[in-house]
Amino acid sequence: MSFLNLTLKVWRQENSTSSGRIETYEAKEIPTSASFLEMIDIVNERLIKDGEEPIHFDHDCREGICGMCSMTINGIPHSKERGITTCQLHMRKFKDGETIWIEPFRANAFPIIKDLVTDRTAFDRIIASGGYISVRTGSAPDAHAIPIPKADADAAFDAAACIGCGACVAACKNASAMLFVSAKASHLNHLPQGAVEKDQRVLGMVRQMDAEGFGNCTNQYECEAVCPKEISADHIAKLNRDYLAASAREATS
Amino acid sequence: MALDSKVPNGPLASKWTNHKGASKLINPANKRKYKVIVVGSGLAGGAAAATLAELGYKVDCFCYQDSPRRAHSIAAQGGINAAKNYQNDGDSVHRLFYDTIKGGDFRSREANVHRLAEVSTEIIDQCVAQGVPFAREYGGLLDNRSFGGAQVKRTFYARGQTGQQLLIGCYQALEKEIGKGGVTMHPRTEMMDLVVVDGHAKGIVVRDMKTGEISTHAADTVILATGGYGNVFYLSTNAMGCNVMAAFRAHKRGAYFANPCYTQIHPTCIPVSGDYQSKLTLMSESLRNDGRIWVPKSAEDAKAIRDGQKKASDIPEDERDYYLERKYPSFGNLCPRDIASRAAKECCDEGRGIAPTGLGVFLDFKDAINRDGEDAIRARYGNLFQMYEKISGEDPYKQPMMIYPAVHYTMGGLWVDYNLMSNLPGLHVLGEANFSDHGANRLGASALMQGLADGYFVIPSTVAVYLAEQKPGSVTTEHPEFNKAENAVRDRLKSLMDIKGNRSVDSFHRELGLLIWDKCGMARDKEGLEHALKRIPEIRQEFWTNVRIPGSPNGLNSELEKAGRVADFIDFAEVLCHDALNREESCGGHFRSEHQFTDADPEVQDGTTQPGEAKRHDENYQYVAAWEHTEPGTAPILHKEELVFEEVQPSIRSYK
Ligand SMILES: Cc1cc2nc3c(=O)[nH]c(=O)nc-3n(C[C@H](O)[C@H](O)[C@H](O)COP(=O)(O)OP(=O)(O)OC[C@H]3O[C@@H](n4cnc5c(N)ncnc54)[C@H](O)[C@@H]3O)c2cc1C
Ligand code: SF4
Ligand code: FES
Repeated sequence: MSFLNLTLKVWRQENSTSSGRIETYEAKEIPTSASFLEMIDIVNERLIKDGEEPIHFDHDCREGICGMCSMTINGIPHSKERGITTCQLHMRKFKDGETIWIEPFRANAFPIIKDLVTDRTAFDRIIASGGYISVRTGSAPDAHAIPIPKADADAAFDAAACIGCGACVAACKNASAMLFVSAKASHLNHLPQGAVEKDQRVLGMVRQMDAEGFGNCTNQYECEAVCPKEISADHIAKLNRDYLAASAREATS
Repeated sequence: MALDSKVPNGPLASKWTNHKGASKLINPANKRKYKVIVVGSGLAGGAAAATLAELGYKVDCFCYQDSPRRAHSIAAQGGINAAKNYQNDGDSVHRLFYDTIKGGDFRSREANVHRLAEVSTEIIDQCVAQGVPFAREYGGLLDNRSFGGAQVKRTFYARGQTGQQLLIGCYQALEKEIGKGGVTMHPRTEMMDLVVVDGHAKGIVVRDMKTGEISTHAADTVILATGGYGNVFYLSTNAMGCNVMAAFRAHKRGAYFANPCYTQIHPTCIPVSGDYQSKLTLMSESLRNDGRIWVPKSAEDAKAIRDGQKKASDIPEDERDYYLERKYPSFGNLCPRDIASRAAKECCDEGRGIAPTGLGVFLDFKDAINRDGEDAIRARYGNLFQMYEKISGEDPYKQPMMIYPAVHYTMGGLWVDYNLMSNLPGLHVLGEANFSDHGANRLGASALMQGLADGYFVIPSTVAVYLAEQKPGSVTTEHPEFNKAENAVRDRLKSLMDIKGNRSVDSFHRELGLLIWDKCGMARDKEGLEHALKRIPEIRQEFWTNVRIPGSPNGLNSELEKAGRVADFIDFAEVLCHDALNREESCGGHFRSEHQFTDADPEVQDGTTQPGEAKRHDENYQYVAAWEHTEPGTAPILHKEELVFEEVQPSIRSYK
């Protein structure tokens, strides 16, 4: 097994009201087969031994699906590696002696709770504003009642792969949530079951997104580049069209 | 206390329908007056909270993650079973029922399992209506695959992320109700204790993980859907935060813990590589549809592979032992998990393991790639292969995967009756947190089915059995029990903070986990279990005098959160080992080395089974072991629910 010695520059912030600062830590003898979060575990173990508070960060599944982990690594949410979450990054991607900058996902709509932990509940409120299909439990028809062309099902799936991590927001200079919102809307809008409520969905979600203080999309595509599930920015164009159409229908109805 | 399972009378296939028909209803105007607490927002809790709110109940839902969408159910990869028989391959409710009973090694309650098989079909309808994008065929209809322990294709799937897609469907239903005001969601809020008033569960004590604030909530009933206890082993495929605290707190307040020794070790996980490792990653069972599991026939070849002198491709076909195909020709690589895991362990114990640590076997796709082409394999398992490559740094299209069994799922849980209510009135338990449907071993793709069955279809109907007897809002947080419980939580947190010792919480968790894996893992014996029961109190003593929790309890403090969970894992581990010690037989996920078939047994001589297979003792152990809490360090008290089989005759479980 080979090992790395690294220098970490980490954002530390006591709570949401205090101001933060970058602290420097040495990460010694890190196995190259460890994951990035295991590297932080090793550093934290030493901090605790030294009587200091460990670096706080969000994580749970550690396999790229729960969307909890959220570090900006050397300036890029989930690191410069494509198509992965922070927890899927492995230390074999780093070189001995490297300095690594680690910061939270930054956006006004994601206030920092502590260190690298942010509050992303704005996403939940967007879903509550229309990101669902209104079907009561037990009232569904047989699953084969409506066949769905495979292409539509696959397109819906590509959008549904979003894990709600918020990297797209953190990567955007305007802190826009359009990639997330458009992926969520596309997933349901692509399916016959979801088409019925399309207008309310699109209007509700976009309005809530604006109310949460996310910025406007100016087509920079930084979101697409960092998205761990490689969600396509084409969904954004589609959402814009759907929103315009829905607004027009709303105005005339 | 006698355990009354409250299984309805009548023929098995009509019990559920009759029970629903005969149960009391609560009229819509009254439903609004009832308050329900749901702890957990995974498939079980999320489905329950959403559905109960749709029905009109006032629901408070809690989870420790920042969003209900991140519950551990999200990580399920492979699929969900349902007796739809869309493939027309002979599936039926009865067959799913039978497979599940047999898969559970005849240690589950027939009536519950039959109900599960019955509602399985409605689950798929519900999920499709919510927009869950299950895999489809070109004709636009749903596709299915096979999973272990079944000879039909009844597993519905959504690429390699069935759990995430089902949970998103459930979460969206939940958010819909949150938006309408029927559910109040409390994310980043951890349940620290259960409040019991006059013998009934009537509320909880919680800690706001952001501010550290402790508060209490009252309700007419409390529903726990807090997942499994696999992390007692430290390393497992579970998410880092999965814990037993909520269930164990309820256990301390009087709820019986049933069959904790039934733990599932999943055969196909990425092997352990070092002691810094924080979790193990599952490679979905669906891979066994096309992957072939093998080790070299000779220990010398295996050693050469371990030392890097040989590669898998250097071992000629006739020097390979496809041991599952050899031992279980009719199920082959798709035999159930407990069996596949033990077989891997046996090979490695014989020195034929191929990972650098000696603990690993090959999962090889060469034949499938030659047969169907790389593209077809990529379409089926692309994201799993990618996941493997990211973690191991090796390309599974070129080299066989290396896998080894790891702790994955826990069949045991809080004891519940047919209505999913604990022996502690007012406490209902759903999903992986209860013990109910999987007996001694769960079949693949059946946990998602059970979580959603409990949450969408069972509890919305059975909760009324209890609530109809309760005056709504009769208990509030003004009751002195709330204050008492809240103070007890504060005192406990203060004691933890005040220890100011020298060791991290993780170091204790790792120590406990290693001990339990070693003594109560894939194989157990009396001597090992007694050793563990001697060691656990020592670990507890050391923990409560030497753990170090930096920072303050007022605000986010991940070490304090972990400390509370690990303290409960330590106490829980004792119940686990007592149960394993008590059960002098082998069944499903519980393998006692003293109880296995040998050449001397007539069943081996007549070819019914083979040496080394699990040997049940139905005369003495055909019961659910439900444990009553006593003080840590003293043995819990055993209560038995005898299992009665009317429909199927327990037999030697054979997959030959
Ligand atoms: C990697 C992996 C793959 C799997 N694949 C499959 C599969 O393909 N098919 C299948 O059928 N099964 C699979 N399983 C099993 C299945 O996913 C789980 O058994 C099931 O999802 C559990 O659901 P649940 O709702 O009971 O609990 P969970 O989803 O674990 O939810 C628990 C909830 O309780 C909350 N909680 C816990 N403790 C507290 C507390 N003290 N206070 C407040 N909230 C708390 C959590 O926040 C969470 O919301 C897999 C499991 C794993 C680990
Ligand atoms: S669109 Fe991509 S980056 Fe944005 S929340 Fe979803 S998965 Fe994360
Ligand atoms: S920890 Fe779950 S996606 Fe990274």
